Order: sequence, then C-alpha cells, then structure tokens
Amino acid sequence: MDDFSVLIGGKAGDGIDKAGLILARILNRLGFRLYIYRDYPSVIRGGHTFSIIRASQNKIAAHRDKVDFVLALNKETLDLHRNRLKKDCFFIYDSEQINPANIATCGIGIPLGNILKEENALPVMRNSCLIGAFCKTAGIAWNVLEEVLKRNVSKEIELNLKVARRGYNAAQELVKIEPVSQTVLPLLSGNAAIGLGLIKAGLRAYIAYPMTPSSPILHFLADIAGDFALKVIHPESEIGVILMALGFSYAGEKVAVGTSGGGFCLMTEGVSLAAMAELPIVVIVGQRPGPSTGLPTYSSQTELHFVLNAGHGEFGRFLIAPGDVEQSYYWSAMALNMAWKYQMPSFILSDKNLGEGIFNFDIAAIDEIKEEMPLSWDRKPSYKRYLNTESGISPLAFVPDKEAVIKINSYEHDEYGITTEEPQTTKMMQDKRLRKERYLAEELEGYETVKVYGNNNSSTALLCWGSNKGVCLEAGENLGLKVIQPIVLSPFPLHQFQEALKGVKKLVNVEDNATAQLAKLIRGYGFNPDKNLLKYDGRPFSLDELEAQLSKII
Amino acid sequence: MTDSKDINTLAKNTWCPGCGNFAILNGIKAVLASLNEEGFPLEKVVLVSGIGCHAKIVDYINLNSFYSIHGRTVPVAEGIKLANPELKVICFAGDGDAYGEGLEHLIFAAKRNIDITMIIHNNRVYGLTTGQYTPTSPLGFKGRSTPEGTLELPLNPLELLLSSGATFLARGTSHGLKLLKIIFKEAIMHKGFSLVDVLQVCVTYFNMYEYYAKRVYELKDHNPLEHSTALNKIREWDYNSDVPIALGTFYKKEMPTFEEKFLKYKISPQTKRDFKIEEILKESI
Repeated sequence: MDDFSVLIGGKAGDGIDKAGLILARILNRLGFRLYIYRDYPSVIRGGHTFSIIRASQNKIAAHRDKVDFVLALNKETLDLHRNRLKKDCFFIYDSEQINPANIATCGIGIPLGNILKEENALPVMRNSCLIGAFCKTAGIAWNVLEEVLKRNVSKEIELNLKVARRGYNAAQELVKIEPVSQTVLPLLSGNAAIGLGLIKAGLRAYIAYPMTPSSPILHFLADIAGDFALKVIHPESEIGVILMALGFSYAGEKVAVGTSGGGFCLMTEGVSLAAMAELPIVVIVGQRPGPSTGLPTYSSQTELHFVLNAGHGEFGRFLIAPGDVEQSYYWSAMALNMAWKYQMPSFILSDKNLGEGIFNFDIAAIDEIKEEMPLSWDRKPSYKRYLNTESGISPLAFVPDKEAVIKINSYEHDEYGITTEEPQTTKMMQDKRLRKERYLAEELEGYETVKVYGNNNSSTALLCWGSNKGVCLEAGENLGLKVIQPIVLSPFPLHQFQEALKGVKKLVNVEDNATAQLAKLIRGYGFNPDKNLLKYDGRPFSLDELEAQLSKII
Repeated sequence: MTDSKDINTLAKNTWCPGCGNFAILNGIKAVLASLNEEGFPLEKVVLVSGIGCHAKIVDYINLNSFYSIHGRTVPVAEGIKLANPELKVICFAGDGDAYGEGLEHLIFAAKRNIDITMIIHNNRVYGLTTGQYTPTSPLGFKGRSTPEGTLELPLNPLELLLSSGATFLARGTSHGLKLLKIIFKEAIMHKGFSLVDVLQVCVTYFNMYEYYAKRVYELKDHNPLEHSTALNKIREWDYNSDVPIALGTFYKKEMPTFEEKFLKYKISPQTKRDFKIEEILKESI
C-alpha cells in the first residue's frame, strides 16, 4: 500500500479530531506523507464528524473519494460514507452499535463498550481502542502505536494504552503497511504555519475575537505566547481588535489580527484607518461560505474581492493567498515584513481547508526569511511622521522619543500629522501613499509571486489560488498539465503572471466559489480563462472529483 | 520636544467662539505643564481623540497623538498602553463618540480597569454634524434628526460605568476651569481606568450655560472611596431631571490594572525564536 486513506467518523464530542491526528502521526512515523481533511458541524455535541487521513509516498494536499480503512464509532459513519468504501475496504467498527450486514468489505467488529467497561475506561477512549484495532489490522507494530500515544495523550496514558492494547489484541493482521524510508516531517495545520511564519518575522502581539476557521490561530499563539514574548489578547469585538492592534502598531509593536469574513466586515473601518494613518498591520482572513453566518465550519474562496476592496478610500495593500503550509509560513513572514516596510495593511487570505487541514511541513524547502526592520528616522530635526519621500515611505520614530513628536491622523494631514483640507497637500499625500504600492510591486518582482508547476510544455494550464493548489497540483501532474498559482494577489504580479501564461492555449480556472473571483480579477488585466470549474458546497475538491471534471473538458 | 511652554502647534483653532472645548484644552495644557514641572517627561504622554469637534484638540497640542476615528479612542488607547505600560494615555472623546458609537469599548475598558484616562466632552449634542441628539440629550430634545423631540431618555454614563467596574469617576463643567484642572490631574494620576464627564457647552447647537450655572454645585463631605455613597451621588441627577448637578470626584478605588497583569516578557531575539520554532516542529512529528 503506497497511497491509501483512512476515514474515522463519529459524533461531535467523540474526539474524532484528536483520533485523526493520532492516526496521521502513526502513519507519519512510518515515513508516509499525510494530509488530513477534517469535516465537522457547527455544534459542540452530536452531529456527524469525520476526518479523512490520506497517506502517500509523495507530498500531498488533497483527499480521495474512496477510502481503504474506516474506523466507525457509530452507525451514522457507515450510513453516510457507504459510497466511499472501496470493495476491499477494511471496516473497523464498534460491534455493539453497528451491524454491517450487506457490505462487501472486510469487517472487524470490536465490542468497544464491553472493553471500556472491563477496563473501567472513559467513553472518549473508544478511539484508542479502535486505533489499536486499526494498527493490528494494518500490520503496524505495537511499539509505534505505543510511542505515538505516549507523546499525544496527556491524561490517563496507562489506561489509554491498556484500552488500545485490547483493541490491538482483538483484531488480526490482514494487510501489511510497509514503512517508507524517508525523513519524517512534522505535521502542521495551515493556521499553525501562519502563526509560526508571523513569529519568525518578529510578531509581538496577536489580537483576535474568536471566529471559525481562524480561532485556532488565537489558541495556538495563546498557548505558545510565553515562549515568544507574545502578547495575545481577545477583546470585546472585531472592531476593538483592529483598533487595539493599531494602538500596538503606533507604539512600534509588530501585530497581527485574525478573523473570517463576518468579523472582517466589522474591521473594515480599521483597515481604512491603517491605510490613512500608514500604520502597519497584518490581517488574516480565513474564508468560509457566506453570505452572513453561512456554513461556519466549512470552506470557501469567496472573500477575494471583499479583501481586495475592503475599506473606504483608495489605497494600496499587500494581499497573499498561500496554498500550502510552507507558503503559509514563508508568505506570512513576508506579510509582516512588507506591512512594516511599506507601512500599509497586509492581508493573509486563507480558508478552512488550508487553515484547519493538516499537512507535512518541510522547512528545508522554504527560502530563508528574516525579520526586517522598518525604515527609521535619521534623527535630523524636526521629526515629521509623514515626511514626503521619493518612495512614499516615511521614516519611523516611536513613542517615547525625547526629540520627536509622533502624530498619527485619520484625517488628511500634513507631514507633521496635523489635519489639513488644503488641496495641494491633499493631493501630495494621496500620491505619497499610492507611490508605496508601486515600490512594493517592484520589490516583489524579486520574489516568486506566481508559482508554476507540472508539465511546462502543456498548452493546457490549470489556474488556482489558495488551498486549491494541493489538489490542482496533483491532478495536473496526473494529467500532464501545467499548473499556475498566483500567491500574491495585490499588487497584482502582472509580469510574472504573463510569463506563466506563455504557451498556454487553454486556461482552466479552479475556484471554491460560485462567481469565479480570480477570473474576474485577471480579466481586469486582459486575461480570460477558457473554462471555470467552480465548487461552492463548502467542501474541497477531492482529487477524483477534480480529475473527473477535468477529463470532460480537456 | 518636551518643553511644556512650547505645547502649542501652529494649527489654526476652528472651534466656535465661546466653545466649551477651550476650557478643556486650557485645563489639560495646564495639567500637562504641571506634570512636566514635577518631572514627568511629556514624551511619555500620548493623546488620543475620536471624531467630532472635541477631537481637534490633538491638533492644538504639540505632543504625541493619535487622531483616531469616531467611537474608537478606547481600543486605540488600550493598544498603546498594553504595548508600552510606561506611557500615560489620555483620551478625548465626545458623548456621541464614547457613549454612542464606542460604548462597547468603554464598558470593557472599565471592566478591565486598564490604566487610561477618558475625558468626555459631553455637550449632549452632535456639533460637527450640525445638531442631532446624543445618548445624553434630555428627553424631548429637538435636533435635526428628531424635529418633534427625542422619544428616549438619556443614559447616565457615570452610573453605567460605575457598574462596569470603572475605578475613577468624576464630573466637571467647561465653566469651572479651576475644578476641571484638579479633577483632570487626579484622573490622570489615578492608577486604573478613569473617566471625567465634562458638561461642555456647545454655544451653537445646545447652549446650556445658564441652565448649568443655576444647578451645579461642588461635592463636599463626599466619601469617594465608598461604592454605595458614590452610586447614590451619581444617581442624584439622571441627565434629564431638573435637579441640582454635583461636580467633583464621585468614586475612586485602587484595584489591580489590566496592563500590569500581563507578564513582562523580554523581547525574544531571532536566534531564540528560531530555536523555539524548531522545538515546536519537533513536537509536531
């Protein structure tokens, strides 16, 4: 078995997420590359939750329709995923809840309730028991499971091991998953990769109001705040969040905020203020289907134009949409660096699939990136916060400074930061602010802002952005296509995009929205996709689904 | 720039002649000058304003300032204070600004007892938008959005903030500069969330000069350390009834502040950060 999938399902509150991660870590230990797709409802208890853990010899970031193993904690898991079972699927289930009659698969029934009762164990330990049975079925050595459990379970480890052992002993080896000999890589969510990238570039404060799918960034950074001297704050609302962040920014502390579409709606007045006041800020927007509350725990790519245009008035912004964990790390660091270098808002556009998906993270494959220091004042009197320079970037001083009065203003202002309505100054300042974007665009020419993968000689190319990179890359490679992924979406990398399109006769645009938002963006630069493949049911394209749709049109 | 004599900017003052804002400007300038004489370096002061006539005050004082947006002085001030607790952060906000658009932030800042000072230019009318009712306008106030008079009672902001956890609450008027200076200084020196509600007269849209002159009195023999006494005094006038209006410090209490509860982290150098990132990655295998 060199490419297979494991589905674990139960009801919300059963601990499916954690169990999925443990399964992935077991397979990771064996040298496989992993991807976890997590599917859960917007409830705390009840409702169906499942994870698909796909393992492959190669790096992957997409799930498949069919699965090789199912770990079923309840009957619903069978009812809802019956069509995902391969003919020779191993179905490992709670035999006290499920009677899997009429399934042409190898069933491994484990009396979970009975085992738990005998061991006097907690209901959540049913997971450990099923994982034990899975390991035995798949020919995975007990010591691998034992080690992973010890590292991942903090409470009642002895009891968990006992229960896992009971599951292990209750099953029989039916297939042998052979270890792959390659370096074992860490498993990281997109959200964690974004957080670590920001830290890498010197983040000092993270401020957020909880909102799926970005709350895990808040939790992750709050957990590690002490290690990185981070101030992590959860204020009264998203309006409070962004304004508080601008206070940090004024005082010279590198800061980021995170939310989803609904919370970002509330932040837009702060975005506009950041632009006028030229205060650096990083905003993470994790997309989920809307409008309004929409599908809180599912995914979409619907906020591209919202984020591109958020905030009244005209101003430049840096907008990136990373497509994997390595890009999330690198480009989040870039977002913080560029926000401070150009004193403008930076946006990290993520989504639930990237943010809450789990991927292997290969730091060795990432270009070196360091914290960049902003342009500082040369101490020649007198200090002007909004000094009009050739690049538009004014040197910074921070409070308290004995020799500088540092005045920030949301009104149009002169170089000192004093309110003005004078026409020449108004125009001069607007030009100054817009000039920064031009210099940013020039600097970005030195970076790979548009990625090209797959078969460079193919005249058919897939166009994708954000989390669709994973599935498009794999489908493109399988079908011999070129794949184009712009990472920077503002300022639009026109030159690199043109270069990427050279030799392309047929452009197929793949997006998780109903209106082809990237297509609309590139049309403004004279490019037009020949075909749009759009998915807007909240779920990501599976590899099989995308390949099937592509085979109809190419 | 730390010389308190040079505290004016070159900006032209555009308040109406006779505006109550002048008293607040003169009061705060005098207090800042006295703080400076006592050895407090003025570069450690940050003034924050919202949007409205009041907010122009930061253009007229040559000190660090953040001219923010309507209703949002509080979170900006909180961010500055949390980023650097050494700074003295003084907010100027209007009644529409602080008690209307930004009320949520105000309540939370009081609840946190973060060490910032709020000076509310409470003229009980929107001036810059030419005369509409605010959260503290009396019942029946005829403004441009309520030509037949308002249908709602005003808020008593001091009562609301007392129950929200504010640890310093006072009231002054724009026609009592002497008292204003005393309570401004007391509020700024108070460790914790302080708010001064200034009954500031808007000569153009809601001239309450004579009304206030007949009713205000200074608090005497009032114990501001006692919550119930403070509450009774604060409830004496509900911003609507025709009764005597007390001025002075209603409430004052020492409590731990939000910013001091934050751990004092040392900035972590890049090398240490890289090491810690590596550790996290190792744990994620």
